[in-house]
Amino acid sequence: RHLSPRLTPSEGLARPPPPPTDNCPNGSFRPSHDSVEWEGRSLLKALVKKSALCGEQVHVLGCEVSEEEFREGFDSSINNRLVYHDLFRDPLSWSKPGKALPGGPLEALRALDKRTGSGPATIALDSLSWLLHHLPCPILCQTLHALSRQDSCPGDTLPGEQVRVLGLLHEELHGPGPLGALSSLAQTEVTLSGTMGQASAHILYRRPRQRPTLQTQWFSILPDFSLELQVEPLLESQPPSDLHTPSVDPTTHLTFNLHLSKKEREAKDSLTLPFQFSSEKQQALLRPGLGQATSHIFYEPDAYDDLDQEDPDDDLDV
Amino acid sequence: MFPELNNLLNTTPEGAEQGKLTLLCDAKTDGSFLVHHFLSFYLKANCKVCFVALVQSFSHYNMVGQKLGVSLTTARERGQLVVLEGLKSAVDIFFRPQEEPHPLQFLREANAGDLQPLYAFVRDALEPVDCGEAAWRCPVLLVDDLSVLLSLGVGPVAVLDFVHYCRATVCREWKGNVVALVHDSGDAEDEESDVLLNGLSHQSHLILRAEGLATGFCKDVHGQLRILWRRPLQPTTPRDRSLTYQYKIQDKSVSFFAKGMSPAVL
Repeated sequence: RHLSPRLTPSEGLARPPPPPTDNCPNGSFRPSHDSVEWEGRSLLKALVKKSALCGEQVHVLGCEVSEEEFREGFDSSINNRLVYHDLFRDPLSWSKPGKALPGGPLEALRALDKRTGSGPATIALDSLSWLLHHLPCPILCQTLHALSRQDSCPGDTLPGEQVRVLGLLHEELHGPGPLGALSSLAQTEVTLSGTMGQASAHILYRRPRQRPTLQTQWFSILPDFSLELQVEPLLESQPPSDLHTPSVDPTTHLTFNLHLSKKEREAKDSLTLPFQFSSEKQQALLRPGLGQATSHIFYEPDAYDDLDQEDPDDDLDV
Repeated sequence: MFPELNNLLNTTPEGAEQGKLTLLCDAKTDGSFLVHHFLSFYLKANCKVCFVALVQSFSHYNMVGQKLGVSLTTARERGQLVVLEGLKSAVDIFFRPQEEPHPLQFLREANAGDLQPLYAFVRDALEPVDCGEAAWRCPVLLVDDLSVLLSLGVGPVAVLDFVHYCRATVCREWKGNVVALVHDSGDAEDEESDVLLNGLSHQSHLILRAEGLATGFCKDVHGQLRILWRRPLQPTTPRDRSLTYQYKIQDKSVSFFAKGMSPAVL
């Protein structure tokens, strides 16, 4: 039995939460790229809320913020469905009475696989950047691949066992290699940016045997972490064109004259340019008239001058 | 403490917020005046301060502190201030036996590992002690500065881990504050510095960025300060509010004004 992925652009972020729809292919991995200017944790929390409202269990591997901070803003119905695996307090086992999760970050990540055995579930990784800094990239990619069950055949797993993996990635902290590796694992990649205070998400969908599609969606996150989709804001920077202002003639009130009178125009048109070779000029040159003195060249040779009266072109056979 | 900066940040020593990581950053200028501001601010706020001073000597900070109205010597004597004087300790570490771990232990190791000993020093200095006396207001960690650790061979991830642990313990557990200075080298090839700066920016609640003027040095305007509030705790406040001011550093104070409104220009 083949589960066709039904995450179409209209059903992804475009549909306001709920209604619960089977809108996710079996096992998918979705990283959200954010930056310092446009932070992504609010969007991650909004997606977590959406999953929880659909009735799924949500497991959060929290590395960057404390549990209280992550749960802030969620009401009790969502918090009850949210299991927070705390890698924030003591991820590297530095504390003396150890508060760390056993086995460190890698084991904590692998353990999520076993916890999501029953029912559809969402795993949120906050953040992938932290994991990428502390685990070798190949191991992280292999673990994510296993976590999102991408290597299992669609016929083997029941629709009730779908696992969706959401990851938050801070783009500026990594080079192109690790970013590319994580991108290749992902079915959907969301990059956050925005203009004029309005956030936007550039969503890249990669579906098997189909061309990747890119969509831009403007959105905002409400205080209760609901996702509100918006129309593209109008560019306010275009100045309004005013048809009624009379155009001012810039040639008035000048201290110099830009115009020619009729006489001046005639004089200008009848002037012969010095390098224009007309028939009158030719006659004037051929016949030097009275008053035109022929030009003489006066030359006083130096002591060192070598005056050679021979014509250097004599030997030319022209 | 510069009263004008307090006004811009909308804070007072009596009403300072707790549980925050403040990132101080400078680019093409010297941002150490911000370190002096926060040091005197938190001492006046009656907080227990742990000062990891890696750049200057204690007497330098004390001298500037006196101009701003606090005496670091007195604060140290009565237990309000704990100072790790990096310049002195770094030399000590080579001439004492290796019995107990030193906060700057990484200087002795071939591969500068992690900063766990430094974190242990901070934790021991600021751990709230129930001894019946009038408790200090809240613990504060001040670091001047983190870029020095990169220069000493510590990797950016190790520095980020150190700040992570300080944030988890000082900010979250003990409801204190952490203030750290980082330099933005502006060099596109300095990847480690970029990773450190961006990683810290993502973790911070408040970022103060002192920049030199794009047009160069000026006698009356020493630079520009950008204030960015990130991660507001109440969802109803506008996200990521940002303000920009220009400033001039004087002998005992710093004056701030809106861009282009320097008294010398008007």
